[in-house]
Amino acid sequence: MTHLLEMKDIYIEGESDEKWLPIINGINLTLDKGEVLGLIGESGAGKSTLGLASMNYTRQGCRIASGSIIFDGTELVGASTETLRKIMGVRIAYVAQSAAASFNPAHRLVKQYAEAPTQHGIMSFQKAEKEAIDIYRRLLLPDPEHIGYRYPHQVSGGQLQRAMVAMAMACQPDIIVFDEPTTALDVTTQIEVLAAIKKITQEFNTAAIYITHDLAVVAQLADRIMVLRYGDLVEENNARKMLSNPKEEYTRQLLSVRTLTENKDLSVSEKDVILKVEGVTASYTGKEIVLEDIDLKIRRGRTVALVGESGSGKSTLARVITGLLPPLKGKTVYDGEMLPPALKNRKRDSLRVMQMIYQMPDTALNPRQRVSKIIGRPLQFYYGMRGKAAEDRVLELLDKIELSEKYKDRYPTELSGGEKQRICIARALAAKPDLIICDEVTSALDQLVAEEILKLLRDLQNELKVSYLFITHDLATVKAISDEIVVMLRGRIVEQGRKTDILTPPHHEYTELLLDSVPEMDPNWLDGVLAERARKIAQGIEVKTTFIEE
Amino acid sequence: MGQIIELVVKRIALGLVTMVVISLLIFVGVEALPGDLATAVLGQSATPETVAAFRKELKLDLPPHVRYFAWLGGFMKGELGNSLANQRPVAELIGWRFGNTMFLATSAAVVAVPVALILGILAALYRNTLFDKSISMATLSTISFPEFFVAYILIALLSVQVVIFPSISNINEQMTFWEKIHAIVLPSLTLTLVVVAHMMRQTRAAIINILASPFIEMARLKGIKRMRVIVLHAFPNALSPVINVVAVNLAYLIVGVVIVEVVFVYPGLGQLLVDSVSKRDIPVVQASGLIFAATYVALNLLADVMSIISNPRMLNPR
Repeated sequence: MTHLLEMKDIYIEGESDEKWLPIINGINLTLDKGEVLGLIGESGAGKSTLGLASMNYTRQGCRIASGSIIFDGTELVGASTETLRKIMGVRIAYVAQSAAASFNPAHRLVKQYAEAPTQHGIMSFQKAEKEAIDIYRRLLLPDPEHIGYRYPHQVSGGQLQRAMVAMAMACQPDIIVFDEPTTALDVTTQIEVLAAIKKITQEFNTAAIYITHDLAVVAQLADRIMVLRYGDLVEENNARKMLSNPKEEYTRQLLSVRTLTENKDLSVSEKDVILKVEGVTASYTGKEIVLEDIDLKIRRGRTVALVGESGSGKSTLARVITGLLPPLKGKTVYDGEMLPPALKNRKRDSLRVMQMIYQMPDTALNPRQRVSKIIGRPLQFYYGMRGKAAEDRVLELLDKIELSEKYKDRYPTELSGGEKQRICIARALAAKPDLIICDEVTSALDQLVAEEILKLLRDLQNELKVSYLFITHDLATVKAISDEIVVMLRGRIVEQGRKTDILTPPHHEYTELLLDSVPEMDPNWLDGVLAERARKIAQGIEVKTTFIEE
Repeated sequence: MGQIIELVVKRIALGLVTMVVISLLIFVGVEALPGDLATAVLGQSATPETVAAFRKELKLDLPPHVRYFAWLGGFMKGELGNSLANQRPVAELIGWRFGNTMFLATSAAVVAVPVALILGILAALYRNTLFDKSISMATLSTISFPEFFVAYILIALLSVQVVIFPSISNINEQMTFWEKIHAIVLPSLTLTLVVVAHMMRQTRAAIINILASPFIEMARLKGIKRMRVIVLHAFPNALSPVINVVAVNLAYLIVGVVIVEVVFVYPGLGQLLVDSVSKRDIPVVQASGLIFAATYVALNLLADVMSIISNPRMLNPR
């Protein structure tokens, strides 16, 4: 039997410092009509590169060194640009990770939808316009008749991602390459997009290559899964077989659910409270309220997880606490003493007790400073340490974050993402703070690396009795690390309490939606959730699938 | 829409403030010139008494701030006063010449802007090819030579070696439009050669910058042809920097043409300004200076507004 797509012995190289280094090492990939293939791996595994190579396309600075790509009987390696151009968008379409970046901001959605079919001479603009409405409707986009006439910035992230799936469907291609299409979305939005992708690929019997780092997501869609690592194939199997019986250790690690929980004494006592936020209302413009009437307590040696979707005000609250954004109303009390609202009025010691770790370690570290200088700066600033004393302390801190002392002379660019985040942690610890605010610190990291960072943070807490305010949208992280949970929605707290209380029913309806939306490894999970919703609607129970106004 | 109007009004207000500051600078600058009309007209041998009497007659003896406000007030009412040198109204002197300057600038802009944009787009399309490199070389060479040098080369080639165009562009009101155009081909060409490089390179750079965006990759993966990707996807998003550099160059065409006008003996405002400075004809110098400044401010204002309008986020708010 011939396959729809057959990639044989693919070697892809990337240029770095005028040398060609291997990215993909001799991978074979086949795809049959209507089949969904999941490509799994961490960043740098070569998933996107391999996916794009299905249409013999490589990004700037990459090349397909050898191999053969046969699509529907045509050899694409060595084919003319014109042959390839006639396949792209028509027979093989692409859905990118960030719809916000991948839609042209200057044109309306339907114009971009209709571009491939009209430019390839498949149909007239009028016909494409009509078909767009049908596809938008199938993808459950609101107001399908008119949404196409909006500009990309006028629709929400989840809608835009579905509009991009629609755009990929415009020529009814044989294959769609989905490149992490839900990674940038909130969980409640992700579930909508996943459902839309599943629905439309089934209805049109479209084959798909689904690229992701999230096994639980691919479990819902894929018939077959390939696990990649450093450009090599680790394991390939039928999806269900792989999930129930992974053969390789690496796959098992990816599959393992994070379990960092330990039983702590969580009895509440008022004297442990180190930071109190009382009645805080804040706004950036003075008009639109971003935070409303927030009350929060953080106790010594505990972790408070601040959960919510993008735009819920989590990071704004961190800015208020640190004094970056003075609130309109309310106050921040540290250790029984009210802190001045604005950063510039705070004393050096009240700056010291609170430190921050950011989402992007790349941008949080000065690329022109060595690690010793980055960590040494707070030592000098808060403690006036210099010379030998500071040097010893830097080594001590490096030891705490489990990096050897040779790291002290490196520049941030010489470090991996996980190592950079460790340096950020060391910099925060250098001030000997009571509270560390962690703003999405694991979001930009690979799953296994993220887990190690969480472990490190937990160990440091046990050793140093530091408190964390852990801002995240990822419920798995919350389950793994928190002692108390605060759920935020549109600038307000909808529910807060001890982790065990929040995670056991009955929940607030928003918390329930958040918890229900986290994909599980069970391949039947998505179908189950959708069936449950359909059942409720049939019974006349209102089902809210979002609490964010779109 | 309201947001745009608010922004535009703010920019206009800022422009007015700039104009007041400039008027002050012009006044102070002219004050700082050594000597004045009285010494210039009466010559070295005049007695101090005659100079003083002449000054009194021209009201040059009043304190500077009184003269500044009198001048500014007159300017607001459209009274530019009379030339000190020949007693003709300044408005009449300047009006015709400013028209000529605009005519020359427009003729250069009509050629230079489209040529620069098209060359920029083509250079981006055929990036790093021989075509791209030769365009860069050619435009950079023309911008590297001083204007008067380019002007004399053109005269040598096109009005001495091959007699096609006149080397003196002395136009007057009796000439027809086409006669005027024929007369100004060489200065116009000189200006075009001088401004094209800047605009072309900015267009090329802005488009190449946009070509790295994910939405360009998306367009290519939809199988769209390269030319269409550049013209329809990259160019509209590169407009803002391009508009700004075009505005700066247009302003230069009007304000910076002094040398070219002198070389071709063209009766424009720049030449009048140079003459008036040497004659210490203060009302003419001040008025020309202020008109140049106003042109500059107005063009930059226009560029700002166009940049705002070219941004779909501003034009179509959520």
